[in-house]
Amino acid sequence: MTFHQQQCSNGLTIIGEVIPEARSAAVGFFVRTGSRDETVEESGVSHFLEHMLFKGTKKRDAAQVNKDFDKIGANYNAFTSEENTVFYASTLPEYHQDATEILADILRPSLRSADFEMEKKVIIEEIGMYEDNPGWMVFDHARKLFFADHPLGNSVLGTTQSIIDLKRDQMLDYFQRRYIASNITLVASGNFNWDTFLKKAEKLTTNWKFGMARRDHIRQTSGSGEFKLLEKKTTTQQNVVMICPGPPAASPLRYAANLFAMILGDQSGSRLYWSLVDNGLAESADCSFHEYDGAGAFYTSFSCDPKQTHKNLEIVIKQIHELITKGITEEELEQAKSKVLSRIVRAGEKTMNRLQEVGMTWVYLRKYKSVDEDMQTYEKVNLRQIQQLIERYPLLRLTTTSMGPLAKLKMPEIPKQPKVPNAQHS
Amino acid sequence: MAKQVFQHTFDNGLTLIAENMPHVRSATINIIVPAGCAYDPANMPGISSVLSEIILRGAGKNNSKELSLAMDGIGLDRSCSAGTNHIRLWGATLSRNLPKTIDLFADIILKPHLPKSDIESVKLLAAQEIMSIEDDPKQKVMLALRKIHFPSPLGNDRRGTLEGLKAITHDALTKFWKKNFRPSGTIISVAGNIEWEPLKAQVEKLFGKWKGGDVPALKLSPGKGGTSHITKDTQQVQIGIAYPSVTYGHKDFYAAIGAVNVLSGGMSSRLFTEVREKRGLCYSVWASYQNFKEVASVICYAGTTTDMAQETLDVTLKQIGNLTKGIKEEEVKRLKIGLKSSMLIQEESSSARAGSIAVDWYYLGRVRPLEEIQKSIDSITTKSILAHVKEYNPKEFTIVTLGNKQLKYGK
Repeated sequence: MTFHQQQCSNGLTIIGEVIPEARSAAVGFFVRTGSRDETVEESGVSHFLEHMLFKGTKKRDAAQVNKDFDKIGANYNAFTSEENTVFYASTLPEYHQDATEILADILRPSLRSADFEMEKKVIIEEIGMYEDNPGWMVFDHARKLFFADHPLGNSVLGTTQSIIDLKRDQMLDYFQRRYIASNITLVASGNFNWDTFLKKAEKLTTNWKFGMARRDHIRQTSGSGEFKLLEKKTTTQQNVVMICPGPPAASPLRYAANLFAMILGDQSGSRLYWSLVDNGLAESADCSFHEYDGAGAFYTSFSCDPKQTHKNLEIVIKQIHELITKGITEEELEQAKSKVLSRIVRAGEKTMNRLQEVGMTWVYLRKYKSVDEDMQTYEKVNLRQIQQLIERYPLLRLTTTSMGPLAKLKMPEIPKQPKVPNAQHS
Repeated sequence: MAKQVFQHTFDNGLTLIAENMPHVRSATINIIVPAGCAYDPANMPGISSVLSEIILRGAGKNNSKELSLAMDGIGLDRSCSAGTNHIRLWGATLSRNLPKTIDLFADIILKPHLPKSDIESVKLLAAQEIMSIEDDPKQKVMLALRKIHFPSPLGNDRRGTLEGLKAITHDALTKFWKKNFRPSGTIISVAGNIEWEPLKAQVEKLFGKWKGGDVPALKLSPGKGGTSHITKDTQQVQIGIAYPSVTYGHKDFYAAIGAVNVLSGGMSSRLFTEVREKRGLCYSVWASYQNFKEVASVICYAGTTTDMAQETLDVTLKQIGNLTKGIKEEEVKRLKIGLKSSMLIQEESSSARAGSIAVDWYYLGRVRPLEEIQKSIDSITTKSILAHVKEYNPKEFTIVTLGNKQLKYGK
């Protein structure tokens, strides 16, 4: 595995991880933009624009974009989050250059009005699909409730109304503000030749505009701490999401945070598994750590028989309280590590996963980490770092959202953030 | 790209197949036992699914917690689930932990505790799983489609019914396990950075004395087919369509796969282009091939807001019908490269390979070499697809819709 990087004069960064034994090669453009970078009037534009990039350029109409990707057997797609929009494709090694060419081309879209109106309908269908899925909806509401006026609470999809109201010119304006070279990283991973790739990529992107894209309001938040019940009579299960603050993406505590989430709420063998799922009190329970630019959060969620909800909330609160007051054991930490290490190795064997990992690590940390370096970092996490995490972040400051058939639900009392016994500093 | 695939069938009927992937550090193991929901007693639908949950709760010398700790300790991601024909125990970890994994898995299959004390909690979980289908309209419509389209019991949902759950007792579970867990028809497939001889010796030592009779034949009764609507107050109307195709290994199999890919392979395929790109009727529309040993079908899905639902259904059916009017050279070229790419890129994943070799063995009784698959893909032509869709042109569709408006299902 060798890593390469190049800073282009227009501000575009090109990076690549060459894995000669890989069966495929992947390439992706990572644009540092998402719903947090939208104004209120533009709500949903990042995601809508992501769709519009596949609708064609000066050179290709929409059908041609799809045909050209399919012609090389590419596995390609894109996604939009609160702060990243990523376009990617993986192919057999011999088509890597073609994939790079198509992606670079669609990154300069025509945004034709007729396509804009047609795709609007598709976006509205996508919103409708999610609205019929309470397990998904509850997360969108929960994030909004936790982040409140923080831009990370902005909805990625927007609302049906905000999409109907959106004009093509607003999208063009957003595109010109956000899709400038310095705000984009071109990432490649797998079986490809770096020199050939670099030469080709530079040529394809040389006319991209130089400029600066700002991101405002980068700050941490402890969340609103509120509780909200959303009644949805047509559903059968009660869904709950509880969010508390955690370290931001650039924090050295991010590794400890991932292990902590695993100890609390991994699918197997975690504290929530034994206290909620093993005994059948909840159908599923999970805790995951989400890291953002300047902020971070733990999302704890479960779904259950509605009449069990209050009791289950008490159990989750008790589990978190215990973790804070009693800490975790060396054994628990070692188990979480063996799970993480095994997952890193297995994910690292797939080029597409490496592309995402290498790209995101670069976007957030401006660093490259090989699979082995990533493993070593996790191996080094110790109980002291877990303790630091517990001291620094008020993990019992929970913002709770519940959606389901319940018309009434009392939120159990949350114990005061206990005084955490000081970690020993060496 | 010479790869090594090994296979051995032991005297008791158990088959072990393995693929060595020297370029990876992981290993994946699959054990499929012929005890899927197709074998659920008529009064206890869901019992195989409940068994797949309780079977991980203690085995051999380990109780439930110890077993979980032992598996976590070696970074073993695992799952056990019931399908139509099999219960599948799956695990993935670093290859150096494979021997320990096999020890633990042998205990789970051969010496599960099936603790009586856990019966109520696993039934509670199973009941919630059944209830949650109501909150997922897409899943609900597709389950209803399978149920009326495929012959019974193949179309059954592994989750069973709430009434079925009530009837399940600890005795019934133990009986079901004893009756259906047998070496004959069980396939252990392993892929990753492995060594064949020690693997085979270990499996022989652990499973060699396992006994049991042959897998009983299933009595199939035809699905009722037709059309039906489920009324539900949702934003979107969900549409599921099914029609028969040829089975895995049939001489027309690759032509059938070609036809499905003309409809739904990639974003330039006909359904995506006509339903979504040109008309903006929906976000999600697809067709895929689904099969059993006895029967196979093409299954299509579309989800769309109520006002657009009729047009979505009409356009989708028309596209399926249009296949017989002609297949373009460029379409075939694209889908062949797509199939070839996925075949080769699969080599990066021990999990995908462990699955694929088991599928080959189950349906064909052998593992096809890469060159053979390549040749089959090469054999797809506009002519072969056209001949196939003409011969198998669906006379009628099974259609299930869900939402707040019933649709007209055409002729």
